[in-house]
Amino acid sequence: MQTARIICPNGHLGFAPLKPASFALGVAAGPDFIAADSGSDDIGPGPLGSDTCTSPLAWQTHDLEAMLLAAHARGVPMIIGSAGDTGTNSRVDLYVGIIKELAKKHGLAKFKLGYYYSEVSHAYLRGKIRSGDIIEGLEGRDPLTETELDASARVVAMAGVHPFMKLLDQGADVIIGGRSSDSAIFAAAALHRGYEEGLSYYLGKVLECASFCAEPYGGKETVLGEIVDGGVHVTAMHPAQRCTVASVAGHAMYERSNPNHEFVAGGMLDMSQCHYEQISEKTTRVTGPRFVPIDRIRVKLEGSAKVGERFVGMAAVRDPYTIKHIDTVIAWARQQVHDRFGATGYELHYTVYGRDGVMGPLEPVKTPAHELCIVVQGVAPTREMAEEVCITGTRQMFYARLPEVKGTAGSVAFLFDEVLPASPAYRWSVNHTVAVDDPLELFPTHMTEAGL
Amino acid sequence: MQTRKLHELAKTIRSKNAGVDRITFDIIFRDRRTYDAVRRSGAITRDSVLALYGLPESRLTDFVEFDPAFAIKFTIARLRPSGSAGDPDIFGAQQYAPLLDVEVHLPDNEVFEPTL
Repeated sequence: MQTARIICPNGHLGFAPLKPASFALGVAAGPDFIAADSGSDDIGPGPLGSDTCTSPLAWQTHDLEAMLLAAHARGVPMIIGSAGDTGTNSRVDLYVGIIKELAKKHGLAKFKLGYYYSEVSHAYLRGKIRSGDIIEGLEGRDPLTETELDASARVVAMAGVHPFMKLLDQGADVIIGGRSSDSAIFAAAALHRGYEEGLSYYLGKVLECASFCAEPYGGKETVLGEIVDGGVHVTAMHPAQRCTVASVAGHAMYERSNPNHEFVAGGMLDMSQCHYEQISEKTTRVTGPRFVPIDRIRVKLEGSAKVGERFVGMAAVRDPYTIKHIDTVIAWARQQVHDRFGATGYELHYTVYGRDGVMGPLEPVKTPAHELCIVVQGVAPTREMAEEVCITGTRQMFYARLPEVKGTAGSVAFLFDEVLPASPAYRWSVNHTVAVDDPLELFPTHMTEAGL
Repeated sequence: MQTRKLHELAKTIRSKNAGVDRITFDIIFRDRRTYDAVRRSGAITRDSVLALYGLPESRLTDFVEFDPAFAIKFTIARLRPSGSAGDPDIFGAQQYAPLLDVEVHLPDNEVFEPTL
């Protein structure tokens, strides 16, 4: 059987650049695939809603260039999933364009460039809802309604291994994927080589965040994973990092509610019977993962709805009496916004740093600090209204009427007497799953050429 | 009885988004002995974390002891999805701090080296 040695240099390509030294060591180790995920829903709903990247183009290009040149020199496939943070169609096109430009810049010989899209049309989802094929909510959400669908600016589906495998079968040298499960990018490579599902999906699971499965902590370093004699071997490439039983097992539960089960389009990876063994200084071996296929595939959907335009203001307080009565100050300012704009049709948020700014109602410490910073966010349908909501909600704190305050010349300190334009506010409107008959029906694949 | 703070016993205490509607917390110990001792102490239970964060039971969606990593892990439901306007921690990365000083009562005959 052919080997499936895969290196991953970055857990979120573009969000911060890969570290070249450990990547070079990974390339020298002779991988069969060079792969990375480039997306995350941690960045919030803004980029998906507005169809933009949160990662700078320069960093995306930096990593794609390093991976392309290494893959081309070795003659092995390069695979990218969730292009441009969100995996929307425009982000796939962006990455396909970058690959073509890089191929031209370096005079690379002609190669096959495969890509697939992940955006799902409102019409398709509306059809599902109307036909009674329920779009089920994840994490306790209600089924998707047409109202929430209509509110959503954009919806992407999260691919499993299927479009990657199809493109590999067609001989793609480089694959740019729309939105996908992180693990599917790597699992597809191992499955393509004929390995069994449990080990292939676990290989993907452990590689997806690059060096987050190694210790000591240090992101953006390359790790190498492969399947050897019925086990997954994962090795840190950075000279000072190791993949240990603790770091690999610890990563299995990272950013997941349940450390034993991972759901992807097509089934569930069961890690409850995994056995971890340190087999050399930098390598841990994992045996026992199982894949449980599902009868009718459900695909995860992510959607983002625009809430409004947004401005941000800031104010600070030092007077202990005012700090003690900060909620009264905020209530005063809120009332002034209410008097001007009414009770609805906008959002006004106060985050009180020095009291519970980071944790809000989860904060167990009830004693505020000796000074507070209050960040104000005004959200409204138009920029003009958002600015006025925000500046009213910020400036009126200055005029708050506290009965026993000694300082009668102003209740807050301003860093500047203005409010700042921010990106529009979005919200995650879709976190659901849809049933499909064909795992490829939401993910049209395409093949083109790059190079000279 | 001896009393230690959780941060003196755990190697890692962290929080992070688990999807857009939840935040998950990991408390990871360096060895089996410390992991078992903390579990026996009853300092970290469903009830104790609900009390610490002032949450109703319905917000605690998972509470798991994960032996392969010597870890106690629990997950809470957010009130609003991550990244909504007004969400102060869009990655959920700084919600673990109250766990650091949780007091753990242990038998006197157990000797624990402070962890870094």
